[in-house]
Amino acid sequence: MTAFFYRRPKLRLGFLLSAPLLWLGLAYLGALAALFVTAFWHTDAFTGQVVVDWSLGNFETLFTDAVYRTITFRTVGIAALVTVIDAVVAFPMAFAMAKLASPRAQRILVIAVMTPLWASYLVKAYAWRSMLSGNGALSSISPGYGVTATIVTLSYLWLPYMILPIYAGLDRLPDSLVDASGDLGARSLRTFRSVILPLTFPAIVAGSIFTFSLSLGDYIAVKIVGGTSQMLGNVVYDNIGAANNLPFAATVATVPVVIMLGYLAAVRRTGALDNL
Amino acid sequence: MKNRKTRLAGILGVSLLLAACGTSGSNSSAPPGAQGFTPPKLEALKALGQPEGQLNVLAWPGYAENGSNDPKVNWVTPFEQQTGCKVNVKPFGTSDEAVTLMKTGQYDVVSASGDASLRLVASGDAEPVNTALVPNYADVQPFLKNKSWNSVGGVSYGIPHGWGANLLTWRTDKVTPAPASWSVMFDANSPYKGKVIAYDSPIYLADAALYLQAHQPDLGIKNPYALDDKQFTAAVNLLKQQRPLVSEYWSDYLKESQALKNGDAVVGTAWQVTVNLTKGEGAPLESAVPSEGATGWSDTWMVAAKSPHKTCAYKWLDHIISPKVNAQVAEYFGEAPANTKACAEMSDKTLCDTYHAGDAAYAAKIAYWTTPIPQCLDGRTDVKCKDYGEWTRAWTEIKG
Repeated sequence: MTAFFYRRPKLRLGFLLSAPLLWLGLAYLGALAALFVTAFWHTDAFTGQVVVDWSLGNFETLFTDAVYRTITFRTVGIAALVTVIDAVVAFPMAFAMAKLASPRAQRILVIAVMTPLWASYLVKAYAWRSMLSGNGALSSISPGYGVTATIVTLSYLWLPYMILPIYAGLDRLPDSLVDASGDLGARSLRTFRSVILPLTFPAIVAGSIFTFSLSLGDYIAVKIVGGTSQMLGNVVYDNIGAANNLPFAATVATVPVVIMLGYLAAVRRTGALDNL
Repeated sequence: MKNRKTRLAGILGVSLLLAACGTSGSNSSAPPGAQGFTPPKLEALKALGQPEGQLNVLAWPGYAENGSNDPKVNWVTPFEQQTGCKVNVKPFGTSDEAVTLMKTGQYDVVSASGDASLRLVASGDAEPVNTALVPNYADVQPFLKNKSWNSVGGVSYGIPHGWGANLLTWRTDKVTPAPASWSVMFDANSPYKGKVIAYDSPIYLADAALYLQAHQPDLGIKNPYALDDKQFTAAVNLLKQQRPLVSEYWSDYLKESQALKNGDAVVGTAWQVTVNLTKGEGAPLESAVPSEGATGWSDTWMVAAKSPHKTCAYKWLDHIISPKVNAQVAEYFGEAPANTKACAEMSDKTLCDTYHAGDAAYAAKIAYWTTPIPQCLDGRTDVKCKDYGEWTRAWTEIKG
């Protein structure tokens, strides 16, 4: 058996690759394709069965109803703000971890950043709900439930996904470059602007792909702290959960996919994708 | 290589399509009958046979407890011992999930609320029930039998299980005087602006319709689940007007309990179980069915048409509404039991009064959840009513 594969390297490669390729093709792209196909069908109003009848009706509703535009803009706005907040908070933290801390402290800090990821998403979101509530810990400065509360909660939830890529990027940045910049007479701000930022920018973009796409698809946090506001994920959820309208849910679900494809195309040139 | 990949993707896509076509069968287009539709012809079971040894139960959480959540709460094991039917329980979260799961044909019985039951009947997934084979049916409250959500054309499609109302609930320390009308939640000038909590589901449109039924009689609403164009628009507009008053919409009763306890909300729509829970934690809360009436739920145990375990299914139906078990479920879940003898079996004797279990007049005030369909449920044939899909889209629009 081994000898058989040994003499046929191409067959060996194909054999080894077939399982992951099958997974990628069937489970991943297949599911995405099925989703996209479903978006062109509709459901029977009463029995709730999916009717295979090709039409662009769902997309027409999506584009003509003002409410879906509003929700899309709100969702993208929230995702963008969460990304900016996370980047601003994460950078100094990642810098301290990568450049200032001792190797021992570095390990402890990485673990400290990861610990929130070990706790359940729901517990963390509900913890924010009780902090933001009328008699919560933050009640004096609480914005109440709504879009602001959602941005705060999501920024907290996704922060580790921003810190870790930036930390990895800064860790790879040779100290000698920073020293050289100093030797050449640059002050720290100038070093940051001309040396550190350009070299770690791909890492920041890599982190932003996580925070942006995770916020784009979220529907739980906004359900818990969002008050009356809703995001794209809620529309998808309501259409599946309440209306049993899988086709329209699929139509709405293509919106974040398209936005993410656009975003990835835009950041491809920065080299961020090599950082993932 | 690239070419081969594209071909593979093509084959993949086509096979997916074929698979999808195979599963989504066509359904009978129903001519309007007594209730707007004629269900597929199915016969009820004539006589019980030998128990088949298996039963697959699809139930609301808390309706079919086997001791795994709480060792003290278990009415599945005694049933297994008595009948020899091994029970597999699958809990579901929403009526729509139940409808979807029933289509798989893997379940024998289901506890369906009114917004699911007619859909199961229409699609032929549930069959008529021979009530003569369920001895405990005789003790079921008469006002729950042969209703529009558990029977079609006088044929019973299931056994009533329990019911409850979506109550007007308020904090007695923050809301004075005690409200007697839903207007505290709907009036644009309500003094509780930003402190109102409303139910998060398209079916909540019926609450607005019920309010309009009392306050705008010229709209001619007779049934809050049968709304034509004009009535539907009025209900949607009322909810849009309500939105600035609302602090949040709830679908998780624990979240609502928390909001009422913390004072983030002071008035809202709630279930009896939420009121009890929140009161138990020390919040000064009161609830009532206001002058306009209220929406609510009435659940029915139904038998799957394709069930291979019908004898076990009938034995389960009889077991689940037997006085003792019906009392246990009602107590555990927080609702009025269907069996008249269940009240005597409750460990807390006040519960039947709390839930108004035997109060036919109170039960009549409730507009039970029903699936809105194009054929108007109130019997009008000259107009088309809005179906649940349109309710859902409107609900998204209301929330904005």
